[in-house]
Amino acid sequence: MDTTTYIKEQFDQLQSADSGSQLSAKRQDAFTAFSNWGIPTTRHEEWKYTRIGSFFNKSFEIGASKSISIDAYRLPGHEAANELVFINGQYSAELSTIRSKELTVISLEEALQNEYAGIANKHFNHSANYLKDGINALNTAFVTKGAVFAAVKKGKIVSHPVYIYNITDGQVLALPRTLVHLGENAQIQIVETFASVSKSESLTNQVMEIVVEKDAILEYCKIQNENEYANQVSTTHIRQAGKSLVNAVTISLNGGIVRNNTNVVMEASYCEAHLYGLYFPKGNTLIDNHTVVDNVEPHCFSNELYKGMLDENGTGVFNGKIFVRQPAQKTNAFQSNKNVLLSDTASVNTKPQLEIFADDVKCSHGCTVGKLDEEGLFYLQSRGVPEKTAKAMLLHGFAGDILEKIKLAPIRTYVDQLIADRLEFEIA
Amino acid sequence: MLKIDNLQAGIEGRKILKGISLDIKPGEVHAIMGPNGSGKSTLASVLAGRKDYEVLGGSVEFLGKDLLDLEPEERAGEGLFLGFQYPVEIPGLSTTNFIKTAVNEVRKYRGEEPLDAVKFLKLMKEKMALMNIDQSLLSRSLNEGFSGGEKKRNEIFQMAMLEPKLAILDETDSGLDIDAIRIVSNGVNKLRSKDNAVLLITHYQRLLDYIVPDFVHVLYKGRIVKSGPKELALELEEKGYDFIKNEIDAAELADQVAEINK
Repeated sequence: MDTTTYIKEQFDQLQSADSGSQLSAKRQDAFTAFSNWGIPTTRHEEWKYTRIGSFFNKSFEIGASKSISIDAYRLPGHEAANELVFINGQYSAELSTIRSKELTVISLEEALQNEYAGIANKHFNHSANYLKDGINALNTAFVTKGAVFAAVKKGKIVSHPVYIYNITDGQVLALPRTLVHLGENAQIQIVETFASVSKSESLTNQVMEIVVEKDAILEYCKIQNENEYANQVSTTHIRQAGKSLVNAVTISLNGGIVRNNTNVVMEASYCEAHLYGLYFPKGNTLIDNHTVVDNVEPHCFSNELYKGMLDENGTGVFNGKIFVRQPAQKTNAFQSNKNVLLSDTASVNTKPQLEIFADDVKCSHGCTVGKLDEEGLFYLQSRGVPEKTAKAMLLHGFAGDILEKIKLAPIRTYVDQLIADRLEFEIA
Repeated sequence: MLKIDNLQAGIEGRKILKGISLDIKPGEVHAIMGPNGSGKSTLASVLAGRKDYEVLGGSVEFLGKDLLDLEPEERAGEGLFLGFQYPVEIPGLSTTNFIKTAVNEVRKYRGEEPLDAVKFLKLMKEKMALMNIDQSLLSRSLNEGFSGGEKKRNEIFQMAMLEPKLAILDETDSGLDIDAIRIVSNGVNKLRSKDNAVLLITHYQRLLDYIVPDFVHVLYKGRIVKSGPKELALELEEKGYDFIKNEIDAAELADQVAEINK
């Protein structure tokens, strides 16, 4: 059976088994869109360097929930964290732990029917306005009872960070879906990570939509450090209301094909967003960061800094879009992408894309691709530091200004150690 | 200690040093002066082992070892120190962590135990006082955003921490005001002993008022064209480099004329 037929068959089964659901019509619309678009090829402008179709050429199952032990995948500090666990794309209430009374976690389906119905209906699938391809539609076409709605009420600060684990087991396509609503003046810290139980070819096509209401603060961190069989398309789509603040850090160290869509839509004045990213592929890993910052209203500020260290046959892609709509006067939007190539076979494709329709704005972008600074290397060596250690020190320093943006200390230390281990470097 | 014999070196196929010989003994301070482009910084770079320079001939012996055969870090391990004309800014690497790594790598090279945190801090405090350097500077990223004076002071501070046998200071005075020159020179003088040596590379005589050399050499067109006691520096300051240039260029011209006439 070919992939398309398999997906269609699975979709029909889901629709008939879950026909009365609130989600049914949404799935149908998305499946129609998916059928029209298909899996994006490299002819699709947004997928020019990332051949996601290679996964769909092989056989796989659309993931079903399983019960496994997650101990091996837990992040440091989990003893004092809320933990949301998705196995093969489905939320597992049994494996998850909610510690903070300020945090509500229910199924998306339930949210569409209870007091949150207005919010859930308004914001669900807003990402589809920005991601016009079969991958995003495929996730929505398979949204089930295993999709999550999380909410924080007005003025509440979630007392523990929220750790989200996307775990796959087997040769699967996992489609986790989450909608987070952060009420006015609320605060939350989210850390998301990925893991696979087996060394089977898998794809996690995940969509998380986060609504940050007026004056609310979102701290978000994504960590990707998987084996080379694990592929991800990870969408983080953020809508910001007035005077809200977003800090997002994306750390991508390993995997097969890793694609991140990080979108920030600033829909009211005085929003502020900081997007940071560090990617460090080796082997044949490809890490693709597509970002969108959309300035809709005046007086918003955004700053983007993505850094890449590309080793062995690793490939990096950075595509940073900034839209400044006509009413969005006084926008400040900055973007920078810096890359270091560590081998002759590593490569990176970087593309800033600014579309500015307002005339009173400050926007800048810049990108660099180079080798490790020879002068810096010689400087350290001339003080007695062996070449290998000197290289590690330079790279650790290069990564440093991204790492320091991770606010949660145990997570920052953990990521710092992952990078130091990769560099075979001892943190002083 | 350092024996340079007919050293020839260049970069990108261009020969810059055209046969330099120099003998430095423990306890001595040598100054190399010369106009811009004479090869002063090339000499410093070649001695410290900068990779883009190519040695084309001659030899350099340092404490009985073939210096040119060693990696830059091994040269540091043997006791060679280069104070950079333009110290490099390294973002994200704290100065303290860097110096700790450097000190312990050099100790490892010499077969000594690494310094523990307490001993390291004690040593650092001692040398900080010597160089009049502030703790806040050392917790910042290495040289990043440092002023010219801070960078040079940091160079001499590193030298103090590493206790080299031979320090090559490449235009340490360039870009420094008189107060900064005084602080830096004072640091260097305090580190002088009968066992170590200093090779000062400078364009101006002013630094030599503070660090008094035993010998002054004039480098021009890749050769040492004149050597003498410290008074030579004063003569250069007074007459400018032109009097040496004229002398050498006239001699070269005479040679060429003689060649043609033959």
